[in-house]
Amino acid sequence: MSSTAQISAAAPLIAFTQVSKRFGSTLALDRVSLRLDAGEVVALMGANGAGKSTLVRILSGVYPPDSGEIALSGKPVSVTSPKMARRLGIFAVHQSIAEIGVPGLSVAENLTLDRLCAGETKAIVSRRQLRRTAAAIAAGIGLEVDLTQPLERLTIADQQLVAIARAVASNPAIIIFDEPTASLSQLEADRLFQVIDRLRERRVAVLYISHRLGDLKRVADRVEVLRDGRVVESFNRPVDFGAAIRAMIGRDLHSPAVRSAAIERATPLLVLDQIRLRRDAEPFDLAVHPGEVIAVTGAVGSGKTSLAEIIYGVRPPAGGTMSLSGRPWAPHGPDRAIASGVFLAGENRWRTSLFPASVPFASIAGTISFPFLRAWFPTGPLTGRRERVAAEHGVRAFGIKCRDIDDRLETLSGGNQQKVVVARWHAEPARVLLLDEPFQGVDIGARTDIIRALRAGASDRATLVFVSDHEEALEVGDRIVVMDRHRIVDDQDRETIDLLRLLSAAESNGQDASRP
Amino acid sequence: MSATETVLASRPHRVLPIREIASRSAIFLLLGALVVLFQFEEPAFLNLGNLFSILQAVSITALLGVGITVTLAVGGFDLSAGSMAAFSQMAASYVLVVLQGSTLDAVIFCLIVGAAVGVFNAILIVFVGIPDLLATLGTLFLLVGLELIPSGGRSIATGAILPGGITAKGSFPADFLALGRLHLGGVVPLPVVILAIVALVVWFVMERTRWGRVFYAIGGNETAARLAGAPTRRYRAAAYVISGTIAALGGALLAARIGRGDVSAGNSLLLDSVAAALIGYAVLGVNHPNVFGTVVGAIFVGVLLNGLTMLNAPYYTQDFVKGAVLVGALVITFGLRRKRS
Repeated sequence: MSSTAQISAAAPLIAFTQVSKRFGSTLALDRVSLRLDAGEVVALMGANGAGKSTLVRILSGVYPPDSGEIALSGKPVSVTSPKMARRLGIFAVHQSIAEIGVPGLSVAENLTLDRLCAGETKAIVSRRQLRRTAAAIAAGIGLEVDLTQPLERLTIADQQLVAIARAVASNPAIIIFDEPTASLSQLEADRLFQVIDRLRERRVAVLYISHRLGDLKRVADRVEVLRDGRVVESFNRPVDFGAAIRAMIGRDLHSPAVRSAAIERATPLLVLDQIRLRRDAEPFDLAVHPGEVIAVTGAVGSGKTSLAEIIYGVRPPAGGTMSLSGRPWAPHGPDRAIASGVFLAGENRWRTSLFPASVPFASIAGTISFPFLRAWFPTGPLTGRRERVAAEHGVRAFGIKCRDIDDRLETLSGGNQQKVVVARWHAEPARVLLLDEPFQGVDIGARTDIIRALRAGASDRATLVFVSDHEEALEVGDRIVVMDRHRIVDDQDRETIDLLRLLSAAESNGQDASRP
Repeated sequence: MSATETVLASRPHRVLPIREIASRSAIFLLLGALVVLFQFEEPAFLNLGNLFSILQAVSITALLGVGITVTLAVGGFDLSAGSMAAFSQMAASYVLVVLQGSTLDAVIFCLIVGAAVGVFNAILIVFVGIPDLLATLGTLFLLVGLELIPSGGRSIATGAILPGGITAKGSFPADFLALGRLHLGGVVPLPVVILAIVALVVWFVMERTRWGRVFYAIGGNETAARLAGAPTRRYRAAAYVISGTIAALGGALLAARIGRGDVSAGNSLLLDSVAAALIGYAVLGVNHPNVFGTVVGAIFVGVLLNGLTMLNAPYYTQDFVKGAVLVGALVITFGLRRKRS
């Protein structure tokens, strides 16, 4: 299977040989063999639960393999702890912001944090010395920010670049990127790719994990596909991504061809009239008709989440009016919205939708029923089978992989957790369904399942899906609405869309947005 | 990864890892072992009278613990519950002895004061935005100080001389004393019955109704609860009102048991009831605040202290024993739990 032609005679920088790892009854990694050479960018593709995270965690010393061998430049090593991994030159950059650095410290302090913590500096650190070291580190990857401001003031993209700069500063042999572009706009992602190009020039081996095909096309020298804990196929440049996706999900990917029938554009369901998201933003109009699925796209920070929250009544608009089915719509809080059939599945499921393990009902059934408890159990006591029936229906409609509806959320894979969130808002008929970044950290297979179920239920309601990824927008929407600087800058039917215009509108960051 | 053929097969037998089993049943195994040990050493241990005296001894602690459990469920903490009970105990005595009110007057006054203090806590926490621990610590001090002012720092009993030279002429009526001392059917102490009723009601609300779901949801992820339409501020406020009211009821029972308004009564109430609630986390390995666990936790401490007293262990070792139990329970809760990476 592994048919890398240009393998040099020299030992690879890192080689996994027949590595296995078992968790309880599941074999997370099944005799995986993998090699990375210096200066090579290897992309790891795989659906949720395929074993990507396990592989990364073994490589970065979080836990040991059950069997098999890991060799660094031909010498067998055992990576027993994250500290050990760093000493061997293995660094991981995670997508979660929590692991990026210390928010309250300055950028300069964050950049030199590893040296400070490792005790490599003198006990008394001069500020000027610190800033000079930090500036050198920042310049190394082309990070151009004010080093004196606190890390938390930076954009997410810049924070991520700080984390990468830290890793690069420690002379890494291998850097692992785990979904690095999940919260980046296209422009920001491009900067990251330039950094990766530099790493390649510096002979650093890069292991790149992402669900986004565009990313992989841009950076990967080689693609390794994991499925059910095994490396099933490996592709060299030029990579046949169609084949890679088939290998990854084990079946052909059908684009969601289920187009909604001709939409009656006569009477709009939801109308936004001269809405301002902020006092300093320009007003805009939007009309959504029953049966329509609209993809609202735009860079992070373009106002997508604000728009969703205003329709849902989390806060009022800074100006303008809304109407729902011809009646004025000015909800005070989500409870009013839910009672009127306006639902929002928020972005970042663990922050906005799911409950941690310490909550007794943090199961599939408990999560799905939570917003509807008052409607389903008006007297208070939780009697009857209503909750179970709704959960079982959701599990079937969305293809949630689980043992049963009492499964705890944290035992599900990311894609299945997301399905639970979307399934929740299908438990009652919606008039307006708002989904904010519903494909975050979701593999292609689960995404297809979600889109199919979304379309199946879309006929009587208005559906708005807020995504920053253009490919996702094109995949899900009948109509594409582009936002920038807290206003709508473009609005086109999918059939007639001018892709170039869409991309330029989304990426210009408002400098020269093509206005409709 | 095909997800179209979803499995909703019959639930396979779940194999519990040994540490899971240990974590779930640890408290009960320990309790059983203690009972056997005490019974072996002192045959009078397992007689009905002694068992109910244990329950009576822990009833007020458990009652306060139940209220605290509700505040823990919303992600808060009511540190003022112990001083609330002590304050209520003094308030009941003042109504009865100084104002010469009836039993009903005293109990209703206590409950109103308890609810009012709960509202005060709720305002500080929910509306002013002071962190729970700090706000209720402030309330704790206020109550400890306030209970001394009407009686000039003295205990309240018939004949006590109050500031201003007035002599208290009233006394504790028999029906009030019965609240703390009556044994139903000659066996079951009334405070135990009251505890059972309150615990059952709160347990039902927390475990079997949609309101309980909302309490726990707010404690777990307030943002998610709010975005799902739950009135989170109202529920958090309600938790403190419930805790304050239950603590005040506990204080009234305490007054009835002691038979006077004692300025030093209720000193250890807070720590004991917090300990019961925390030990409760470990009961059945649920790892979250729960009413059943709190009551079991209180009983566990009660059994231990009663047995040790029978075995002539000196009184001054009691706090040490309680501390050891609490630390042990916390180790079970947090240490045996499967570590998630």
